[in-house]
Amino acid sequence: MRGATTRRVQSTITHPTGLHARPAVKFTKLAKLYDADVRLRGLPDGDWVDAKSIVKVLALKLKTGTVVEIEAVGAGAEAAIADLAGLVERNFDE
Amino acid sequence: MSERRYPGRVAAPGLAIGPLLRLPDPVGHLAACSNGEPGAERARLTAAIAAARDAVAALAAGDGEAMAADILGFQLAMLEDPALAEAAIAAVDEGADAAAAWQAAMAAQIAVFAGDDDAYFRARATDLEDLRDRVLLALYGDRSDPPALAAGAVVLARELTPSRFLALDRQRLAGVALEAGSPASHVAMLARARGIPLLVDLGAIGEAAGEPGDGRVVIDASATGAGALIVGPSPVTLEHYGRSAATEQTEALAAAGMVGKPAVTAAGRRITMMLNVDDPDAVPDDLLRASDGIGLLRSEFLCLDRAELPDEATQYAAYRRLLQRLGGRPLILRTFDIGGDKPHRAVPLPREANPFLGLRGVRLCLARPEIFRPQLRAAIRAAAHGPLSVMLPMVSRAQEVAAVRALLDAEAADLGLGVPRLGIMVETPAAALTLDTMPIDFASIGSGDLTQYVMAAARDAAGPVAALADPLDPAVRRLLRLVVETARQRRLPLSLCGDMAADRAGLEAVLAVGLEQLSVPPAALGRVKLWISRVNG
Repeated sequence: MRGATTRRVQSTITHPTGLHARPAVKFTKLAKLYDADVRLRGLPDGDWVDAKSIVKVLALKLKTGTVVEIEAVGAGAEAAIADLAGLVERNFDE
Repeated sequence: MSERRYPGRVAAPGLAIGPLLRLPDPVGHLAACSNGEPGAERARLTAAIAAARDAVAALAAGDGEAMAADILGFQLAMLEDPALAEAAIAAVDEGADAAAAWQAAMAAQIAVFAGDDDAYFRARATDLEDLRDRVLLALYGDRSDPPALAAGAVVLARELTPSRFLALDRQRLAGVALEAGSPASHVAMLARARGIPLLVDLGAIGEAAGEPGDGRVVIDASATGAGALIVGPSPVTLEHYGRSAATEQTEALAAAGMVGKPAVTAAGRRITMMLNVDDPDAVPDDLLRASDGIGLLRSEFLCLDRAELPDEATQYAAYRRLLQRLGGRPLILRTFDIGGDKPHRAVPLPREANPFLGLRGVRLCLARPEIFRPQLRAAIRAAAHGPLSVMLPMVSRAQEVAAVRALLDAEAADLGLGVPRLGIMVETPAAALTLDTMPIDFASIGSGDLTQYVMAAARDAAGPVAALADPLDPAVRRLLRLVVETARQRRLPLSLCGDMAADRAGLEAVLAVGLEQLSVPPAALGRVKLWISRVNG
């Protein structure tokens, strides 16, 4: 078996209303484009949730200023991490 | 029947008179359903979720409005996520009734948001209630049509979800009054975008108010902040509001046609028209683009419903986003105007006998650098991305401006960025009289506060004192002329951002003293442009 690639990155939510409805739609839609398993959590000690589930991502209630960690495991992990962190950094293109 | 007034909060401004339609809670009247086989119940639940999904998709396809599309797209994504029904399906597989399992599972998810301390996340509970109700209606096989509205109807409900709001006939809907509700809800955003007056937080209103044939009711959401639903209005009340509404309608039509046009007087003078903005999310993009920029951003909007003041990162993101939306138009950021009559719970202040003359505006900011510094840094960083200027409220002396300038220079040097333009609100007689000495790049007259300080008459006074708080008083006009003359000699850009410009007589006086840059509330932009086109000067 090929060793599953694991990649992690941290990024800060800067949208004034946090990771709310519209950004969460964008974030989970982008995550779903990748085969890799993608997880998200709020630092320092939030629970990991499936980054492809808008229900779970929204329920994290990630407010502005929160540092989040994104982890991808499997095919395309590297690209998934880069794209998702980029979306957060670009303030969800808003 | 005697007239009753129910006070509430204005979530979308306007005035409405019309027949009342009380909407019941959507699922409260449905009877419980019998318990079927787990397999059958599971199939019923998944079919109901699919039906709800299709209904939302159909709504989304039928509504071209960007904001409605965003909100419905969010609901669609939620309904398509298997995690939404995970707990309900598990309960059904263990023998629970589909409706009961769904309601319990959604109650748990709604509770996650309902108790949050952030108004934005709190408002998402309503979105989940919307999804819960849609699926329940599908489970019960509800095929009821959206409620039939009489022309100009005023809808009263406990709470309204986005899909129920969107299902109302917008041609016939004059206004909405909610016993619960929130200005941060998706419904409030939609109402503001569509110009439908919305009152929230009315508290429980008795059944009597909901009887059909109760006659017309009035929604008075014309002021900012507090409004009222008037049930059983007296003939005098009806005439009062009816006259305002009729005049408003004719003028509103003409004004609406003026919004996107340049403001030019009958004599051909071009007036720069900017906006006073409280909450940028409440101002649609097309209105921002119809203006010459934001002449007054009341940055306190970032603090509303928050226990703490926003930090540098939050402010930077908000200012930068607004600059992006403005597409190159200028943004004048007024620094926090906290204190005095505008306290904030994150900033405990000593009680003052006369808060209007106390620790407020720039006085408070200079006294509390931990509040001011993050705002200045956020402004400097945002100004690197667009034409942002910083404007100080409640300035009395040049030394205050010099102190801010020193702070601004130091922070800009620390960040390695340029220093934004710095200006002041002219709202104290002291600032008006010493405008020639102020180390500033621009100034803007705050006519409301200037009037109250010149006349020594509180702006919120009642009775005989209220008559004194008149911006057209000769004393105020003389001072205005002095300010305009001083600015002209200094070649200092000068505007006026007080309420005076949004009042017809006030506007004429302001144009008569030679001001050519005004900033008005977004809702007044068309109206003021219309008035300007009629001024012969």
